[in-house]
Amino acid sequence: MSQKIASDSMHINIEQLQQELNVEQREFNELQQRHFKVRAKMALENEALRKSFRGASDFLMGKRKAVFPDEGALSALRDRGEAIRQHSLANLPELLERLEKNLTANGVQVHWAETADEACTIIHDILTANNARTVVKGKSMVTEEIELNHFLEARGIECLESDMGEYLVQLAGETPSHIIMPAIHKNKAQIARLMHARAQTSDGSQVPYTEDVDELIGNARAILRDKFMRADAGISGVNMAVANTGTLCLVENEGNGRMTTTMPKLHIAVTGIEKVVEDFSHVPELLTLLTRSATGQKISTYFNMISGPKKAGELDGPEQVHLVLVDNGRSRIFSHPVLKPTLQCIRCGACMNHCPVYARVGGHAYGSTYPGPIGQVVTPQIAGLEKHGDMLSACSLNGACGEACPVRIPLPELIRELRAEAVSPQFTDAAAVSTATATAVQEVMGRGAKRTLGESLIWRGWALTHRFAPLYRIMTTAMTRGRGLFRSKAAAALLSPWTDSRSTPQPARRSLHELAKARGVAGQYQNNTADKRGDNA
Amino acid sequence: MTQHNTTVAASRHQRVYPPKPEAVYLLGTCLVDSFYPEAGMDAIALLQHAGIEVIFPQSQSCCGQPAYNSGYDEQARAVARTQLQAFAADIPVVVMMGSCAGMVHKEYPKLFAGQPEEAAAIALAARSYEFSEFMVNVLQLEQQLAQAEDQSPLTVALHTSCSARRGMGVAAEHKALVENLPGVQVVEPERVAECCGFGGTFAVKQGDISAAMAADKANAIAATGCQRLVSGDCGCLMNISGTLDRQERALPVQHLASLLYTRLNGNDPFQVGQKRSQQYNKKSGDKA
Repeated sequence: MSQKIASDSMHINIEQLQQELNVEQREFNELQQRHFKVRAKMALENEALRKSFRGASDFLMGKRKAVFPDEGALSALRDRGEAIRQHSLANLPELLERLEKNLTANGVQVHWAETADEACTIIHDILTANNARTVVKGKSMVTEEIELNHFLEARGIECLESDMGEYLVQLAGETPSHIIMPAIHKNKAQIARLMHARAQTSDGSQVPYTEDVDELIGNARAILRDKFMRADAGISGVNMAVANTGTLCLVENEGNGRMTTTMPKLHIAVTGIEKVVEDFSHVPELLTLLTRSATGQKISTYFNMISGPKKAGELDGPEQVHLVLVDNGRSRIFSHPVLKPTLQCIRCGACMNHCPVYARVGGHAYGSTYPGPIGQVVTPQIAGLEKHGDMLSACSLNGACGEACPVRIPLPELIRELRAEAVSPQFTDAAAVSTATATAVQEVMGRGAKRTLGESLIWRGWALTHRFAPLYRIMTTAMTRGRGLFRSKAAAALLSPWTDSRSTPQPARRSLHELAKARGVAGQYQNNTADKRGDNA
Repeated sequence: MTQHNTTVAASRHQRVYPPKPEAVYLLGTCLVDSFYPEAGMDAIALLQHAGIEVIFPQSQSCCGQPAYNSGYDEQARAVARTQLQAFAADIPVVVMMGSCAGMVHKEYPKLFAGQPEEAAAIALAARSYEFSEFMVNVLQLEQQLAQAEDQSPLTVALHTSCSARRGMGVAAEHKALVENLPGVQVVEPERVAECCGFGGTFAVKQGDISAAMAADKANAIAATGCQRLVSGDCGCLMNISGTLDRQERALPVQHLASLLYTRLNGNDPFQVGQKRSQQYNKKSGDKA
């Protein structure tokens, strides 16, 4: 349908288009409620979507490779990035206190939020105290994580996303499918339809239908400019918060971040507690790792350093600056000896760009704010294994993400660790964990939630046959002697997830155990060379 | 890692290799054991030809990786413990697949951390080598291929598994062995470093995604026009060849060890038209 409308742009029935978009939005919402596997299957069957993600992955991998021409230099830089992030985490409580002290001295008001709901409430309170009814937002994943827009809109406050991708996703009533490129799942024609049907200029009229990229961006820019001028408040994220100087660093490409943080009288920055770095000297290396890994840029078009509200005599800038430090499960991650490196993340998205699973199913399949490998690690820890444990199986442990990560987060190891947590025989009630104190090691929320009797019995049976050599040899003998059975339809049906697209594997006539023994290859090592082959004779 | 890397990159992965030992263990892996035993026999022949005594403990089974990657640590440990006992003597262990080598070399120390067998696990990890890693770094086999019996032209697509490439860092070793075979031309499929979609239990738990990845890999390999697919990991071989076979464009596949042995000795199974396992069955009892 979209193709027809796009090619027949002179005669677009706006009402029909709007109806179509409403149906698409309803389908999107329904799909998001379903199981991971259903979403993955739908994505795999969507040719246009797969093409978008495959193209984007190839493009971004190529861009990254081009700005890291020297493997040795890249490796050294990743070592530095890892060291800086680990230094931050090793000193996290103290650095956060120092950050608060220096921000306060700079005139920034600091707030602490333990949960998503608390963070939303704090932000809402700040807005109402200042009679703010309209908000422009710079791109911020943590506000997606705490579902801030939904919270504020339910309370009558208008939130407008000002990053082009976020703006489109908001227009569509969807969620971002990538943490750096939120609308990466949409092609040009889809964006043209969306802008024409749903975007409104300041005088309330529709924007004309166009598939010209410059025109599309020009139309959005005109709408956003007007909103920047009128908004009561700006809400942004933070890429790095410098403890020693009390500076909030914000990386962006469109200038919308700078507008959001300087035009309205009130600026509220929101960040996860892990984003702190100790010193300004840590910023350049993390910045270059971030932009090169994310988009293959040596540096972003804009780099904002926010050090407080407008001072006396200054012409512009907000009158108030607030920082909301969000925990939302991060203390729990911090306390876990194996999963702690999760917090090293600088949110560049390189792991998803390099993930062969993400390249095929796209971001929405994960059903979480953070998709791809980092999403598989972060989301179950923040929102619980019960709800988000299923996505953990969508990983072949191929290691491409870990190899791309600029701060060397061992992502495959963390995914494996979370699988172990998910099937742990010790069940931990999610409710009990969320109210636990932050002092001791805290277990992953919903530990053991994915353990099933069937699967645990299979692994017990597997362990039994592979533990005891005679049992194992009986099994392999049965397999090799009964190899004909593998050709049967029953075998194909039993192995259906494999055999749906692959021929059934054929066991050999004789196992290597048998062949080696028949060949007289020694079974036991004896330092005395006289009788090495005894056990096989 | 490759030779292009500077000292920084190399230092992270640097491994000190022993001189040629008198004897080695062969860790056959469960997949080779039941599905590709000729690869194990070819590796044994190659090692014996180099003058090394090969010990194949009959009590070995599986490294424990399937359970470990699924999060069943206790079951993985129980099976891994059997391997600690099977490979107890202080001699090098040559592992037939990259993924199992990675399990033993990298994961055993973690799996047994704080357990009574921790020291034994660390020791086994330290003396375990992936097949191509051992052949190149200990035996310098890549420098001894010029006299290969079979030098007929052959186009080979080499699929280096993710665990061999990224886990063990032996992509260069794989390549050196195949490229130095006279007459063999190595062709590189598009997106050569991308996962084929096998991933052990992933192929069953996420069958749809795995199949999509396997189909792309099969297409990329078929597009090279190669005559044969070679890999050091039989999971990948089974996955890719099974996909190609189902699509009725079957391609001869071989483990790296089989390609090396049969080229060196001029007994290419795809030319003489017999199954290698049959050949070994017939010869059973003969000494190499």
